[in-house]
Amino acid sequence: MSKKGFRPDVDAPEYKGKYTPYDIIKEGTIALVVVALLTVLLAFVFGSPDERAITIKTWSDNAPVDFATTALSELNGTSATATYGAPYNHNGDGQAIGPLNLAKLVGVHIPIDTAHDFVVGPLRTQPNNPKLTTALATWTTASTSTQTAWLDNYTKASSKMKVVNGNVIVPATNAGPVPIMINDLTQMAQSGALDAALVAGHGFYTTNYTKPLLFISDGTYLAAVAQKQHILGEQWGMMNETGMYPGQPWLWLYTMLYQIPPYSTTWADNADIYVWATMMILTAGLLLVPFIPGIRTIPRKVKVYRLIWREHYEA
Amino acid sequence: MSTEIDRQWTTRLRKRLTGKLPPEKLLPDTQPAYVASWIYVFGVTTLAAMGVVIGTGCILSLRGPQWWHESGVGHFVNSLHLWSVEIFFFAMIVHLWGKYFMAAWRGGRALTWMTGVVTFVVSIVTGLTGYVSQTNFDSQWISTQAKDGINATGGGAFFNVLNLGQMLMWHIVLLPIGAVLLTALHVLMVRVKGVVPPFEDTPKTVKAEVAQ
Repeated sequence: MSKKGFRPDVDAPEYKGKYTPYDIIKEGTIALVVVALLTVLLAFVFGSPDERAITIKTWSDNAPVDFATTALSELNGTSATATYGAPYNHNGDGQAIGPLNLAKLVGVHIPIDTAHDFVVGPLRTQPNNPKLTTALATWTTASTSTQTAWLDNYTKASSKMKVVNGNVIVPATNAGPVPIMINDLTQMAQSGALDAALVAGHGFYTTNYTKPLLFISDGTYLAAVAQKQHILGEQWGMMNETGMYPGQPWLWLYTMLYQIPPYSTTWADNADIYVWATMMILTAGLLLVPFIPGIRTIPRKVKVYRLIWREHYEA
Repeated sequence: MSTEIDRQWTTRLRKRLTGKLPPEKLLPDTQPAYVASWIYVFGVTTLAAMGVVIGTGCILSLRGPQWWHESGVGHFVNSLHLWSVEIFFFAMIVHLWGKYFMAAWRGGRALTWMTGVVTFVVSIVTGLTGYVSQTNFDSQWISTQAKDGINATGGGAFFNVLNLGQMLMWHIVLLPIGAVLLTALHVLMVRVKGVVPPFEDTPKTVKAEVAQ
């Protein structure tokens, strides 16, 4: 190799110096023992968090008005999930960078009709309730415009919603079967039956909690609990976990982007896709460091290597 | 006869492997004198932590995903799993920065760098799938927050962080297999090429190892 062709940030000099004894197996064994001991020490001293999961029963017991209001938003199609767009439905545009809307391009693959899946469907599983059966029959046979009128009347009055003796009270007139449906769904939730109905959609065995998680996250109760635990999005929530535990600090850059302009201002409505696009570009950059002039030159210029190989340069 | 044996796929593969990575390179008993810095400890620490992560994860899987909520022993094993993951990422990130400042891709080692970066990314996804598979409040909150970013890319249609079964399978089968294979490849590349030599401040005195 001629001196002229040598690229110091790409090529490596041939080492012609000394070799020293090296027991790779011993080194690996010592590392394993030390890491295992350190792990035991940290686990023993600090433990790990395990805050119980919120159930729909917990939510509707502790915040029945929030539950009933959320149920109404699922029925009238105004909840976050109902208006989400892909991959759940066609009711929202989703996020885009300029004309590029990847979610929409991929389409709906986890179809969710909130009115049916979160309200009407679960109510149909309730046995021995003639009043509810009649209400559901009235709802199902009504025209869309009639359903909309009932929902509008109920929604307008829902700001005065209260729960008295376990019954949802809304001073609405001409709301058709909606008051019975919202009241019975709330009572179903408080009995624990709605938890089961939402996960049992695919039969006896299930491991898919998409529907109950979307339903719970449409309310404000989950976020209120998260706020108390200091894990909201604006509290760097994605990388944190409950209690005083380190969480996922390696996500610091991803989480930080959400906190700063323009992601938190100009791009706020499409923050997720802008943050992801940025992270993809940065990850590609990290992957391709060996081929990026300038970036690959920094180590040689800043000379941290002289600290790392201090003994070599002193020899 | 010998020609026929030489043409066998098995013979050719063995010759290729032993040519690239003879036993003395795979398990060396000496190393260049410049490999004398604390920064080198973090590579082997990452590997050791990965071993503890996998070991504690296997113990957790013995009694199923709910065990650690119901048993003191299970909760302690979960704590071991959590802290070994923290050590793993800490060591891996220090290792990554150390290798950057050594410009460890020099001398035809770019693929070694790249497999390391991909392993880092796969490890992050493995960590996330673990957090959303805990079946507690943290997994509820983290999954409902994480879904929006993934959905925005279109990936949520196929990688549903709200689907516990899917996430758990990715966490305990697919991603660990990927991480272990990538790590093995990364380590083998290090053994084949050796540890990158220091920058030569006076390059006129040396012959060069040139990138392929």
